[in-house]
Order: sequence, then C-alpha cells, then structure tokens
Amino acid sequence: MSTAYQIVVCGSIVPDPLQTLEPVSTPMGPALKNEMMLPAVLDPWASHALFEAAHLANSAPGSKVWLISIAPKAKLQQVMMTIAQKVPFELVALDGPAGGFTEAAEVAAILADAIKAIPGLDMKRLLVFGGWESASRGAGATMQMVGELLGITDQFQGVDQITVNTDGSLEILERIEGGKHQVSKCAGPPAVLGWATGSLPEPPNNPQIGMANMRAIMPALQRAKPAKIAAEGVTFVRVTLPKQLRETKIVKDTPAYEIAKEIVAWIANE
Amino acid sequence: METILVLAHTETDGSLAKPALEALAAAKSLGGLLVVGLVGENVQDAANSIAACGAAKFFGVCGADFAQARYATDAAAAEAIAQAAGAPVIIAPHTSRWGRVLAGVAQRLGGRADTHVTAVSLVNGAPAVTRWYYRQRMEAVLQRAQRPWVIALDPGCVAPWRGEAGTASVEKVAVNLTDAHKRTTVTGVRAPKAEEQTIRPDAKLLFVAGAGWTKKQADGQVHVAEAEKLILDFLKLTGASLGSSKSLVDLSGEGQAVLPFMTHLNQIGQTGSTPRHPKGLSTCCHGEEPHTVGWRFINERRAISLDPSCGWARGKADVLYVADAFQVMAKVNELLAAKKSS
Repeated sequence: MSTAYQIVVCGSIVPDPLQTLEPVSTPMGPALKNEMMLPAVLDPWASHALFEAAHLANSAPGSKVWLISIAPKAKLQQVMMTIAQKVPFELVALDGPAGGFTEAAEVAAILADAIKAIPGLDMKRLLVFGGWESASRGAGATMQMVGELLGITDQFQGVDQITVNTDGSLEILERIEGGKHQVSKCAGPPAVLGWATGSLPEPPNNPQIGMANMRAIMPALQRAKPAKIAAEGVTFVRVTLPKQLRETKIVKDTPAYEIAKEIVAWIANE
Repeated sequence: METILVLAHTETDGSLAKPALEALAAAKSLGGLLVVGLVGENVQDAANSIAACGAAKFFGVCGADFAQARYATDAAAAEAIAQAAGAPVIIAPHTSRWGRVLAGVAQRLGGRADTHVTAVSLVNGAPAVTRWYYRQRMEAVLQRAQRPWVIALDPGCVAPWRGEAGTASVEKVAVNLTDAHKRTTVTGVRAPKAEEQTIRPDAKLLFVAGAGWTKKQADGQVHVAEAEKLILDFLKLTGASLGSSKSLVDLSGEGQAVLPFMTHLNQIGQTGSTPRHPKGLSTCCHGEEPHTVGWRFINERRAISLDPSCGWARGKADVLYVADAFQVMAKVNELLAAKKSS
C-alpha cells in the first residue's frame, strides 16, 4: 500500500556552532550579543528531519515536503541559499525571532496555525517532522505542543529511523536510555516525529534543486507574515556563561609509557 | 510554597528508577505539600517503596495499556493524574519516556513546561529552575507565572530520595482509552548485544574517540583494525562508556574507513548527547567547541592529541598529553591488563 505523504518539517535557524555565544540583557529579555550578526545555519536536528522527509517523499510518489520556519527574514534568506540546494521543498516563512529564550508554547501555536493554513492539508497523509530538540532552546517541547494543537497523539521523539511497511504502517525507532532504540509500529499518518540524527548523510549540494527551490523560496520570504513571539510569564532571574576555562596542564615530550602510567593512576583514583 | 505533584512512571519490574527518586528529592527540597502520581502496569509496589516520602496522597494510573512507553496513553495518564491532583507545580524525571510526553501534557493542561532542568530552588519564596540554553553554552535561572508548570528534571542532577518502604494507599485514577490511543504499539527494544554495548550511562569514565583514529598515521597508512582493538580493549578493561566526535560518526555516511561499533548514538556534543560522568578521556579529537559543549557535565577531563594547540589546550581539559594516542593507549591497556591479572 503506497501513501503520498504530506510532510511538514518545522525547523528554524541557530547560530553556527563554531561561534562564541554570549548572553546580553535586552528590554525584551535575554538575547545573544550581536545576534543578528552571527552566521546562522538551519538547526542541525531540523536539518536531519528535512533530509529524512525528502528521502521519504522520494520513496513515496506524489508526496510533498514543506519547511516551516520562524526566523528573521533576512537571516532565513541567507540560510536558504545553502539549504535549498540540498533537497526539494516548499518554504513557508514566518518573520519572527529565532532565539533560544523565546517560549516553546508560543512558537508551537504559530507553527500549528501555519500548518493548518497549508492549502489542501490532509490529516490522513500528514507527517509533521522536526528536530527532537533544537540547538537554541534545546527543550524538545515545541514538536509535542504542535502535535497537541493539531490533535495528533501518535508522537515520537529522538527518532533515528522510519520504515514504511507494506500495509502502510510505520515502524519507528526512537532513542531511549543506554544507547538503545525503542521500536514502535504506528498505524500510519498523522504522526509527529522529532528527529535525532537519523540515518542519512547530508545530501550534496545540487544546483538544479537549488534553482527550482529558490523560485518559490524568494516569494515565500517576501510574503512572510510577522510572528510575534516572546516569553510571556517567564522571568529570567539570570543568564550566565559557565566558568569553563580550566588551567590546562600541557604534557609534552614525555614517553608514552610515562603518560600511560599517569592515566592509569588517574583512572584508578576515586 | 505551592502543592507539588511528583509524576513518575514505573519500570518493567514495577519499581521506580533512580531518576524518579531524584525528582522526588528535588520536589521535597522545595517544601510545600507533596503529592505523588504514578503510571505503569502496576504501581502499588512503586508507591510502597516511597511510602515514607511524606506525600499527602498517591495517585495511580495502571493497567496493561500503561506498561509501554507510548505517547497517547502516557499523555492521557499524566493528564488525568495532573487533573486529579490539581497541583500547580509538577516535577517529573526527564527520562526518554516522560521526555516524549511532558510538554504535550503541559499544552493539554493549559500550562507550560521546562525540560532538561538541572536544579530547582526557591527564589524570593517562589520556585525557580535552572536549565541550559544553546546546548550547554549558557545557564539560566528562570521563574514562571503560568500554572500548571511542568518541570522535567534531568537525571543525575540531584541525590535520589532514600527512605523506608511501607504501605501506601493509592487512589486509582481512571483513564478512558479508545482505539485512537492504541494506533501505536511498542514492539520492542533494539539494543546491541551486551558485549557490544558501548554506551554506559553509569560508567565512571567517558572515553571519547575522535576522527584521528581513522586517519593516516606516521607511516602514511590508516590503522583502523588496530584502533578498533585498542579502543574495545580499553572499554573492556575499564568499563568506560564510549563517546565520539561528530566527525568520526559521520565518516560512515561518507564511505570512509570507520570504526564499526561507533554510531550516532555515541556522538557527544552539539548534535549529540551531554552525558554525566565523573571523568572523561579524549583521544584523537581536536576539542572544538561544538564537541566540547557535550562535556559540560564531565568533571575531570584529560585529552591525548598530537596537536598542542588544539581546543583541549585552550582551557577545556585539565591535562593535555601531546602524544600519539595509538602508542599511549597500547601502553595504558598493557598496564590495565597487568593490574587486572595481578
């Protein structure tokens, strides 16, 4: 049994992981220093979700992938220049803050409304993908809330694999404690899947896909609706950087045996 | 202080796991009226095991349908208990099972959720939580006006509650399940064979292997088989948990030489895990920021790298050994083996 899926991927942008981040206080609450200047990438787990969505859509003829992203429009455009070359999708852009100090529930409400507004949305074919956590808030809360707002109670988090069975049911592997996976069988869409790393490598850039995507992405960015998101009801008592610098002792020009002895003694020392 | 509901699920044997007892200890540290809610196939044994915790009431949702970790039934159970208890603050362990549902439950209850909480405290007489943002790069203490407030406490952050077992009176909470709740069935758990299991959350030592293990060595050749033996021997001799940098686990997707026992589950850092171990030893890894954010909760850190100016040297490790990890780990294994046999 073959199903043409409607796969909606929720994912926003985060600062490039190689950047040094520093919190600052603003009248709106905490934020990142020079946040608008920091180079950004599509959130890594959301990227995996997007790649998995494209892979699934490719294997199920008639399927389509949307990417719904809430981010400052200008930053989102920069990120799309790269991500659009990876896999085919249609962008639904919402112009709003993408920082980690925003409230998951507020983000979820806007995402759910955006999903509901997709023309021709069919709940019997709908799979909502996203990262199981983000590299900003890192709460793993948004996708669950989006699912609830859409009335979807088949939800999976920390997903590394989805397999479509011949009867149309879905076999899903979720990460659980101790390096194991819980295996579940879901009757079929609708379902929410918060992806971990998945099992696919990052697709190479494909300029043809990029050109096709960008034809629709630019208009999508132009008509991006403003999304008002804050963190109502939240009081940040403080936001601090950890005291992370250690006095590193550098051991050089020492025979391997001596180093080994020191390491073994260190391991044994309770 | 407001009433606190401690929400826990039982294990397959009906017991409460350590994270549940940690959540209980955290709740007790705040003071106030305490109630407990338990979900599982059978909850009486679990309730009895914490009968002396001082809870004013025990609520339970039980039955075969609640044995498995499934969103629809777990969320329904948690919602029913939360409504029966009416507590404005709900503290639960952030296990994989509860991590899957708690934010959704908060949404249903019209409340808010904070997950991956590492500490709870009172600030100006009101509860506050500590959690990390941007993958352990900055720490925030925050309070919320909304109720109910669901707080998911990360395992390993609080000493677990200890106390005498007794007999608890559990008020059963009914949950009406329909077929819609059972569209998903948990069919099992996929795990490596015991001897191949390299992820050990309770290990005292984290051993991290970086991509350098699979690169060309001084002789111009790669030595993946030797690397595999050295790493696995070390894990056997020490019982350490195995972690990896992203670059190493990504190699398998790029068709390069790989360590076959290494998967994305081993990955530590920005897009991997942030484990808690007293000590960590990094090998053949540059210690770049996206990886070392995953070391936030590793207390003592040592690294072996050929690069004296790698990330570990810049205040991220306590000791950096500038040396060939192949040579050092071979000697380490010899010494450990000799120690074991003596």
